Amino acid sequence: MQIDWIMGLIGGGIIGLAAATYLLVNGRIMGASGILGGLVDGSGKSTARERGFFLAGVFLMPALLTVFTGKIDTHVTTNILVLVAAGLLVGVGTRLANGCTSGHGVCGISRFNLRGIVATVFYILAGGLTVVFFRHLLGVI
Amino acid sequence: MKRDLFALLAGALFGAGLFISGMTETDKVQGWLDVFGQWDPTLAFVMGGAIIPMFFAWRYTERHRPVLGGSFPARPDPKLGRNLILGSTLFGMGWGLAGLCPGPAVASLSYGGWPVWIFMAAMLTGMIATPRVRESLDRMVPAE
Repeated sequence: MQIDWIMGLIGGGIIGLAAATYLLVNGRIMGASGILGGLVDGSGKSTARERGFFLAGVFLMPALLTVFTGKIDTHVTTNILVLVAAGLLVGVGTRLANGCTSGHGVCGISRFNLRGIVATVFYILAGGLTVVFFRHLLGVI
Repeated sequence: MKRDLFALLAGALFGAGLFISGMTETDKVQGWLDVFGQWDPTLAFVMGGAIIPMFFAWRYTERHRPVLGGSFPARPDPKLGRNLILGSTLFGMGWGLAGLCPGPAVASLSYGGWPVWIFMAAMLTGMIATPRVRESLDRMVPAE
């Protein structure tokens, strides 16, 4: 348990360094939903290459790390209905709110940005209620 | 060229951080949200760990310019509004349902198996549909 917290803190620090690199060198906010969304809805056409390279790094690094560590630590549900509903909600929600855990959470809170703080409160509350409802009342997740 | 290289580096660091912190593990994310179950506080450590370097990075931006030129993003309008509240609520619901948000979804595509690809396809569909969703919302309820 405690080792998970320490790994969380170390991994979190690396996420912060990633965001700081993207901000200080490229002058951009490291928000996963914005980088991805701008690429698929066409709004980020002029910066498509930069976005593509960023996403390639996010995809490739964990792929390499799994090969080297042999660790596969994820238990995504296999319920297709849940996956589709969750994906649609995350896609529409993050683009409507203009940010997700990385953009509003990491980059917004560290700037004491009111929008980031309020967004984070709402998605954590909504996520908590959703888990309680679907896990403890309905037992589907 | 340099921009692409540093974007790749930032992405690789982000992916490494997500992997090491355990944030691609959906059980951990749902465990953090599940206050009535076996509550897992790991996510708070990850957030805290990420916010510390970024706090100093934002301080640096006050007196400097980006290394590769241009300017830093301006502080957004502090207005909260319908889109921020509704969007964050919908996002939180999806996040709770699957335990995945956009970053970790991309990071676990290579080893999370087909469910991550289904989630990803639905998420991208949602992202592409959002401008139309926003227009319909505007017709029903004014944004501000």
